[in-house]
Amino acid sequence: MTDNDPSVPEPNDSGPEPDTETNANEKAYWSENLRLLWSLMAIWFVVSFGAGILFRDFLDQFSLGGYPLGFWFAQQGSIYVFVLLIFYYTWKMKKIERKYDLDD
Amino acid sequence: MDTQTLIYIFVGLSFSLYIGIAIWSRAGSTKEFYVAGGGVNPVVNGMATAADWMSAASFISMAGIIAFSGYDGSVYLMGWTGGYVMLALLLAPYLRKFGQFTVPDFIGTRYYSKTARVVAVICLIFISFTYIAGQMRGVGIVFSRFLDVPITMGVIIGMGIVFFYAVLGGMKGITYTQVAQYCVLIFAYMVPAFFISFLVTGNPIPQLGLGSTVNDGSGLYVLQKLDLVLQDMGFGAYTDGSKSMIDVFCITAALMVGTAGLPHVIVRFFTVPKASDARKSAGWALIFIALLYTTAPAVGAFARINFIETVDQTEYAKAPAWFKNWENNDLIAFYDKNGDGVMQLSSGDAFKGSPSYADTTGTAGQRMVTNPPNEDSTNEVYVDRDIMVLANPEIANLPGWVIALVAAGGLAAALSTAAGLLLVISSSISHDLLKSTFRPQITEKGELLAARIAATAAIVVAGYLGIYPPGWVAQVVAFAFGLAAASLFPAIFMGIFSKSMNKEGAIAGMVSGLVFTFSYIAYFKLVAPDANVAANWLFGISPEGIGVVGMILNFAIAIAVSKMTDSPPVEVRKLIDSIRVPRGAGDAAAH
Repeated sequence: MTDNDPSVPEPNDSGPEPDTETNANEKAYWSENLRLLWSLMAIWFVVSFGAGILFRDFLDQFSLGGYPLGFWFAQQGSIYVFVLLIFYYTWKMKKIERKYDLDD
Repeated sequence: MDTQTLIYIFVGLSFSLYIGIAIWSRAGSTKEFYVAGGGVNPVVNGMATAADWMSAASFISMAGIIAFSGYDGSVYLMGWTGGYVMLALLLAPYLRKFGQFTVPDFIGTRYYSKTARVVAVICLIFISFTYIAGQMRGVGIVFSRFLDVPITMGVIIGMGIVFFYAVLGGMKGITYTQVAQYCVLIFAYMVPAFFISFLVTGNPIPQLGLGSTVNDGSGLYVLQKLDLVLQDMGFGAYTDGSKSMIDVFCITAALMVGTAGLPHVIVRFFTVPKASDARKSAGWALIFIALLYTTAPAVGAFARINFIETVDQTEYAKAPAWFKNWENNDLIAFYDKNGDGVMQLSSGDAFKGSPSYADTTGTAGQRMVTNPPNEDSTNEVYVDRDIMVLANPEIANLPGWVIALVAAGGLAAALSTAAGLLLVISSSISHDLLKSTFRPQITEKGELLAARIAATAAIVVAGYLGIYPPGWVAQVVAFAFGLAAASLFPAIFMGIFSKSMNKEGAIAGMVSGLVFTFSYIAYFKLVAPDANVAANWLFGISPEGIGVVGMILNFAIAIAVSKMTDSPPVEVRKLIDSIRVPRGAGDAAAH
């Protein structure tokens, strides 16, 4: 048994090479996606690992109703922010994809 | 109508619903069997994902774990939801664009290697079986508590139901039954939660109730009162944890990354029509999950208050009926250390180990246990944490139909997760091992038959593990998340975000992450359980959190090895280019 996976497509030499404009377009799309992605992942990190764990003791001085704030982030707030992050990303990506004419 | 009759009616109705759906949505092709034909609406898929994801542990155990660990319980809340952000942003849309059937499919194709595919199958099977044994056990427990049948019989009935819709319907049948199961389980979870929140705080919304004042005229907030009561009894404050910060950090991270790397969750995103639908679907899944996950900490806190108020300093003879019911079900025990017939609660265990009941009763009428007492503590009551959800309706004096609903909900949670796991196990065998590796000439019909046989075999193994749970099952749930985090997640992530990651790097990374994490957990959980204390842990990280270290190791070794070996061939680079853009997902799926 060779280690080559049969489902890998054979290199297709007959097809036309994608022109450089398409390539540049896809590159710009990808780097805009990455910028958005990492900013949202930063927020993801801050609300959970940051507010809910690392800075919890500091935040617990403040309170939200009967919740100490750090505790609230750990057991409620981070989850709400997670939901918002995904829907914002979905909405924003749709716009970016239309801008580069790459939407599905 | 008495509660027992209501339970039979509710469970019977929900089961006939699942079977009806299974008959209506039989799978006719491998594509329907593996990914429900790839045409599931993203909101529907979100709901199915939520049911797939929320297991017996989420439904039955999580609120109880939080009730008894307070802040430390946050690791589950953040860990089991934060993973969906990673899924939606880092994995799901690209895997959907890739457009094949299984997780090993992606790893085998992206790393142009049968070895990589087989390594992925091994990780997947290990992760999924660990997980499924717990589900079948959950089915057995709910049956024996609520329907008064022996655990073995309960597991067999559960196996029969799952067999019917998983084997007949494949992913298509599972998807639509999971939608029904989500509705049953969320309704069953929320109704008692509204009641108990209203009872304790006067506010029926549990998420707000937990931040409100207690309804007893003291003017204290719920969490303040819990802190005070618990500290009085010698426990730590509810809002403070006992785990170290680094451990909380690592466990949360391991659960998040593990969630994003669990094959039965990932594969749900293969069923939607488009790459952008995969993102949307992850968002809906998290909404449906968040409904239960933001309610659980409230249920836990209220149940803890209720439990202490009803039990502490109460004469056993005057204990409420539910206390004795659950005592008869082996989940509660009263060890009258000072012989006054009154139940005293405090920190520490009442006795050593879980209760082994003698046939005799004590002077107050309680069931005697043969365990040696724990003389270091004045605590006299053993309580299994699972009753915080199971007995909640009884503790709060809710009507019989609410109790029946909880029984149906617990079964829905366990069955839906079991079915999803069975499907990824069977498709990895019929599709990845047979079709793609060892028997490429197999026909579509033959592959479908193989998938059904594999699913049947997996159900039998899972049922066996449920009836005769090896002692290690409860101990190694950490395996599933740790291994997913340390093996599959890095390989998939780098497969999408790095064009230079090659097969040598990916295989070396997966194997080292797997071996390291497996050995660490096996050592502390199985080989030397006595040594499982913080002083012996690597960097103070418990086995539950070690998956993060395994993941870092995987990344480091994969990158180092890939730098020293050939870069991936040009067609793989083209494949990466194509999965990065959403356009054309329909074509990719038609392969």
